Amino acid sequence: MTWDWQFVWSFMPTLLEGAWLTVLATVVGTVIALLLGAVLAVAGYSRYRLVRGAIAFVVQFLRGTPLLVQLYVIFFVLPDIGIVLPAFLAGVIGLGVHYSAYLAEVYRAGIDSVDRGQWDASTAINLSRRQVWLHVILPQAIPKMVPPLGNYSIGMLKESALLSTISVFELVARAQAIGNETYRFTEPLTLVGLSFLTLTIIFTLLLRLAERKAEGLR
Amino acid sequence: MTRLQTPCIEFHDVSKRYGDLQVLNGVSFQARPGEKLSLIGPSGSGKTTILRVLMTLESIDGGTVRIEGEPLRVPGEQQRLSRSAERGLQRIRGKVGMVFQHFNLFPHMDVLRNITLGPMLTQGVSRDEAEAQALRYLDMVGLADKARSRPSQLSGGQKQRVAIARSLALKPKIMLFDEVTSALDPELVDEVLAVMRTLARETDMTMLLVTHAMNFARDFSDRVLFFERGRILEEGPPQQIFSEPREERTRTFLRKILASGQDL
Ligand SMILES: Nc1ncnc2c1ncn2[C@@H]1O[C@H](COP(=O)(O)OP(=O)(O)O)[C@@H](O)[C@H]1O
Ligand SMILES: [Mg+2]
Repeated sequence: MTWDWQFVWSFMPTLLEGAWLTVLATVVGTVIALLLGAVLAVAGYSRYRLVRGAIAFVVQFLRGTPLLVQLYVIFFVLPDIGIVLPAFLAGVIGLGVHYSAYLAEVYRAGIDSVDRGQWDASTAINLSRRQVWLHVILPQAIPKMVPPLGNYSIGMLKESALLSTISVFELVARAQAIGNETYRFTEPLTLVGLSFLTLTIIFTLLLRLAERKAEGLR
Repeated sequence: MTRLQTPCIEFHDVSKRYGDLQVLNGVSFQARPGEKLSLIGPSGSGKTTILRVLMTLESIDGGTVRIEGEPLRVPGEQQRLSRSAERGLQRIRGKVGMVFQHFNLFPHMDVLRNITLGPMLTQGVSRDEAEAQALRYLDMVGLADKARSRPSQLSGGQKQRVAIARSLALKPKIMLFDEVTSALDPELVDEVLAVMRTLARETDMTMLLVTHAMNFARDFSDRVLFFERGRILEEGPPQQIFSEPREERTRTFLRKILASGQDL
């Protein structure tokens, strides 16, 4: 088998479109996971045991079942009860919801890492709860959260490949389609691998930047 | 002497539990405005809890606590306060300041910001005024040159003096000191005690001091309360408590402290 550059150039445009979808799915999935994860984390501190229990169950469920199964449920089962989502939307919701469970843990760990005495001292200088969160707890917790949050986002980038199974035309799905059509898999799959590598490197560099910014809070 | 004056602090039959553990068991005492009280007693006898209740960091299960005649109502874990009750609590809390055993400075802010945060956020003081005032308090505790340092760059004794300045900046009427020198290396204890001595002399704040430093308590306080198992076993002027305690258990405790050399 020889490497055919001509062939490579012919499918580059469609592969780039796939890469764009992969990035988009990762970014939207990350945003959903960041928001929903924050909700889960805050609700996990509820004074009501029932709420705390429900949240613990949801988190355990999301972490304890495969993302692939969750994607199938959203894409193939929800239509049975009348909820029909376009493939891309179903995919990013699946990614975001799945990862929100992990991010909730990251938030909690960050917040719990702040010494209890900080709450006492803040109360002693009469800050309101809101002021304590804003000026004392979060500025200390966020720098600790950023690295694991970034790592999960990079994990999401790679796992977004699973979206190919529910007909989202991201990188892997494109490579498969090209292969099926031309019976050549070497070039498309190699380039998909290189694309993922390039993207994870870019995401990692962005993460370093974010970490440095977050350090500034301290 | 008749009591025409409202007590600054009033505990009446206060009880508190942590689960099955009865931490305060019918505590009653009063402090006159400007009075300096020392709380002594074995570890676990409830001294810190008394201060935390006054600082509104803990709720109580029975009895009443009053500050300048106003009852203190701190919600328990499962309770929520109405807006107006929350404001009332904040107003009373503003009269009290506390210095902790482990300093609890804000590590992500410099010394100056540690001190100006409270006045700026809770009393509407402008930044310029808050900083000018913070520098005066820093000067008073002998740390004017450390305004731009981070807490992590300070020694324990310096941290505790910053913590004292942070409390003073809010101009409380009541100051609570919880074993403020216990976490310090012995050679750093004196610089903190010196600051507290000056405070006791030059201000008319009511002060409650939890300490194992008996010599200091003797000079510092108008009255000493001896705690044991969540009760006040005995109270009196320092000369009496330290020289001729009425209770055998007070005597035993003082002997132990002296023998252990904790009496700095
Ligand atoms: N948050 C808490 N939960 C459970 N028990 C506690 C808590 N805080 C203090 N205690 C217990 O209450 C008792 C009294 O504590 P404390 O007031 O700190 O005593 P002291 O300051 O006299 O050493 C101790 O037995 C302590 O272990
Ligand atoms: Mg204590």
